[in-house]
Parts: sequence; C-alpha cells; structure tokens
Amino acid sequence: MDAVKRYFRSPAAVAGLILLVIVVAMAISAGWLYPRDPLALAGRPLIWPFSNPRFLLGTDNSGRDIAAQIFYGARISLLIGGVATAIAILIGILVGAFAGYYGGWVDNVLMRITEAFQTLPNFVLLLVLVAVFGSTLTTVTIAVGVVSWPAPARLTRAEFLSLRNREFVQAGRILGMKNIQLIFGEILPNALPPVIVYASVVMAVAILLESALAFLRLSDPNVASWGNLIGLGRDVLRVQWYVSAIPGIAILVTVLAVSLVGQGLNDALNPRLKGR
Amino acid sequence: MRILGLAGRRLAASIPTLILILIGVFLLLQFAPGDTVDAMMAQMGGGDAATAKELRKFYGLDLSIPAQLGNYLWRLVRLDLGFSSIYGKPVATVILERLPPTILLMTASLSFAFFFGLVFGVIAARGVNRWPDTLISTLGLIFYATPSFWFGLMAIVVFSVYLQWLPPGGFEDIGTVRTGIWRVFDIASHLVLPTLTLGLIFLAIYLRIMRASILEVLNLDYVRTARAKGLDETRVVTRHVLRNALLPMVTLIGLQAGTMLGGSVVVESVFSLPGLGRLAYESVVQRDLNTLLGIVFVSALLVITVNFIVDLIYARLDPRITAEG
Repeated sequence: MDAVKRYFRSPAAVAGLILLVIVVAMAISAGWLYPRDPLALAGRPLIWPFSNPRFLLGTDNSGRDIAAQIFYGARISLLIGGVATAIAILIGILVGAFAGYYGGWVDNVLMRITEAFQTLPNFVLLLVLVAVFGSTLTTVTIAVGVVSWPAPARLTRAEFLSLRNREFVQAGRILGMKNIQLIFGEILPNALPPVIVYASVVMAVAILLESALAFLRLSDPNVASWGNLIGLGRDVLRVQWYVSAIPGIAILVTVLAVSLVGQGLNDALNPRLKGR
Repeated sequence: MRILGLAGRRLAASIPTLILILIGVFLLLQFAPGDTVDAMMAQMGGGDAATAKELRKFYGLDLSIPAQLGNYLWRLVRLDLGFSSIYGKPVATVILERLPPTILLMTASLSFAFFFGLVFGVIAARGVNRWPDTLISTLGLIFYATPSFWFGLMAIVVFSVYLQWLPPGGFEDIGTVRTGIWRVFDIASHLVLPTLTLGLIFLAIYLRIMRASILEVLNLDYVRTARAKGLDETRVVTRHVLRNALLPMVTLIGLQAGTMLGGSVVVESVFSLPGLGRLAYESVVQRDLNTLLGIVFVSALLVITVNFIVDLIYARLDPRITAEG
C-alpha cells in the first residue's frame, strides 16, 4: 500500500496514468462512438479539422474520418504494443532465467544468441522478418515481440545471478525441489518486479517500432493504425499537414503515458532510487 | 598497447556472433516467398520454366540449403556479397555507394545528441528539482516519446514548406553542379533536418543518463574533497565530475549504435537520403534478398566497429579497465 501512496504522490506518474486511461478509454469506446468501419469512405476528402462538426478532426486524402481512425488506432497500438511486449517479456524471462540459473555452457550459448540479436539493429531485423513472413497484424505483432526480447533477457539473467545462491534457494534445494520448481516457483517471483517495470520501456519502443513500420507501409494496410495514417498524410504534407500531424500526437501521447507510468512504478517500488 | 589487446580480444569474440547472425538470417530468408531468380524473371517480363531452371543452376540456387549456406559464407570470406539483380551490380558495390550518407548522418546525429545531452544534463543536474531541471527533464520525456519520422515530417512542414530555410530532402542539390567548399555547405544544409530528427531521441536518452550520472558522482567523497580545498563550482564540475560522469555516456554509444542504424532506415526514407537505411527499405519492397542479406552483414559489422572504437575510448577514459583486463 505504501507503494500505491508513493505512486500517487508523484505528479508525473499521475499525469501518465490519466493519459493512459484516456487512451484506453478511446480504444474501448471506438466501436460505440464510431460504429462504422473507420476505413470506409465517410465524406469529402481533405476537410480541415474543426471546420465541419460531423468530422471533428477532418478527413484524410480519401475522405475517411480522421477522428474515427484515431480512436480505432488506439486499439491497434495498444494491442500490438501489449501483445508484442508480452511475447518479448516471456522469451526474455525464459532465456534470462535459464542462462542465469544454470550458468556454464547454457549461459554461454544463450548469451551468444542474445548478443547476436543485439548486434543486429532491431529495425533491420524487423524489416527482414516482414520481408519473409509478410505484413499482417499477427506477423507484425510477433515480429515486434521477437526483436524486443534481448534487454529483458539480460535483466532477468542479472536478477537470477544475484538470487540463485541466496539462502531461500539453498533451503529449497535441500528440501529436494527440482530445478524447474526452483526457477519458476522460488526465484522468478523475486526476480519479476524490475522486469515488469521494464516492460513499460519495451511497450513504448514496441509502439514506436510498429508505427515506424506502418509509416513505411510495411505493416498491415487493412487496419486503422496511426502509423498508416501518417504515411498516407505524407502525400499531402505540403498543404494538409494535419493528416500526418494528428496521429503523430496520438502516438506521442500514448508513448509518453506508458513511459511515465513505468517511471512512476519504478520510483514507487524502489523509493531509494528515486530521481535517478 | 594493452588497450589495443583488450579491445582486440573483444573484437575477436564478436566474430562468432557475426557468423551466428549470418547463418540465422540466411536460413530465415529461405522461408521468403520467391527467390532472386523469381525477381529477375519478373523484371525480364516473365519466362518459361526451363530458363528459370537454367538461371537457378547458374546462381547455385539448385543446391541444398546447407551447400548454399556454405557457398555464401565462403564467398563472404573473399568479401563477395553476391549480385543484386535489381540494381544490376555486385551487392558490395551497391552498399559501398550507399554507405557514406549513412555514416555521415550517424556521426552528425551522435555528435549532436552527445554534445547537447551533455550540456543539458549538466544544467539539469546543477539545478536539480528547480525549474531548469523540470523543464529539461520534461522536454527529454517528450522527445523520447516522439516518433522520429513524425518529427521529421513536421520539421519539413515548418522549415522547408513555410519558412523555406532548408531543403525538404535529398543528399545534395542535383540541379546545379557545385565543387569544393560550396558542395560541403550544400550537403550540410541537406543534413540539418535529418540530423536533428535522428538525434532527438538519443538526445533525450543522453541527457537523462548524464543528469543521473552527475547526480551520482556529485555525492562521492572526492568531490567533497575538491570543494573543501577551495575549488570553485565550475572547476569541480568540469575537471572532476564530468570525467567520471562521462563513462556511462560512452557505454551508451556502443549500446545504441544498432538502434541508431535502425533509426536511420526511417529517417533516410523521410528525407529521401540515398543511404544504407533507405537501401534496406528498398530491398524489402523490391524483394532483393541478396542485397538485404548484404545489408544485414554490413550493419552488424558497423555495430561491431562502433563497439570496438567505444572500447578504445573507454579504456582511455578509465585506466582501471586496462589494469583489470
């Protein structure tokens, strides 16, 4: 409970939480506020924002409602960000836990692979994956997750290295617990908090990666994604710059919210490190 | 000499990593729909199955996958990256042509991010929890959350379309032929916006790390000693604090090299710079898998090289490292 109190004492963390709640509310209410397909033709193309009450944020180059796309885009960003983060954290925990617990050649092999993933620029690897497996919502989400796991793996490994010889682990070993039981039942719950906090960083990066991919028109073109809309708006950038500007602000706000919440959680859970 | 030995050992250790990457990506690309011959046939406007078979045999694509992999690695040892059927040139030539703009862009962005990250980090740490700190930290958070390609587009709108101060894209003005110093100025003016765009997120990271690391160093005993012997605050910071606080910043350059290269894919596409990143994008769109594999190799090589240089700088900044190694 102290942690909760500490969290709400930080204005930045509260601001982040409010922003995140707004984005989540947008994602939930999208279907209810805009029951029509957000990618369907809605009106005249390139209506400026605030000039027509029917299209509050205007329309894009092909006459689709920008506001509807922003609301549905929140779904896509949160979905891809959330699922990709879950994949990255899961792989990261497995790799890090085994490497840190067993050490020796297991650690060597797993860390070599991690290093290989870190040496290759993750956006380049993302391009390779999209080139090979195509760009549907599922493949893009998995690809973003697959390029994001090395950092959580290193973090988990470090936690395991510091925990694996503690007394509670030795006690468990003497009680006759199996390695798997020790890893997932005893050590992992203690190693988890910093990894979960780090998930906010992974999610922020995942959202940015997906939007960059969508901007390059290499993500799923059949969903209303903020990155897609920015890429589309690029064709009319010189005059109707708002088509690109609006979804960019949505991405900025979402990533900012996720980072602030992560930072707030970190400070609340590790009060001694506050301000670092 | 000792420094070189240490860094050299680290460099040698990265060779297995490089091979691992190449094997992994090579096998991955086997799953890609269509191969080089398909791409060539499409460019020729189609052809019969016999021609395709002939071509596959010519390029060694009819061999088993392990044999192809072996061939590829053996050619790589001789620095032969294969042939790009899209560009009609050897992949190595295509990549070498595209490398200078990317290296220029990365160096410029890194210098920009490092320098301003350092300055703002120091200012924020000196006024910790007062308004300069709050302002700089908030801006840092916003910069960190800004999608680089979007910032680039907005910069084009403001500086190229409305103010018309800077060119909206390209590497140099192709309308007029310039030489010497004028060409340098021309290229520099084309690189201002891309540099800012790519550097922004790194500026945010650097200033955050710099601020944290200065705050940490300021609490150490030797800083108190320096103050106690009567040094003024500026001297304490520049002579004593900065040197030690710089270490995490230098480490970060190595860690972020890959991210920066990935970021240049997007930035080069926004500003239509003929660099390596844009080549990566083009080869994905055009299914030029040979070039894509070559780019993977060269970018991994680039990241390893940056880390090698960082090791050298690091050992120079902190003598303890060589003593331990």
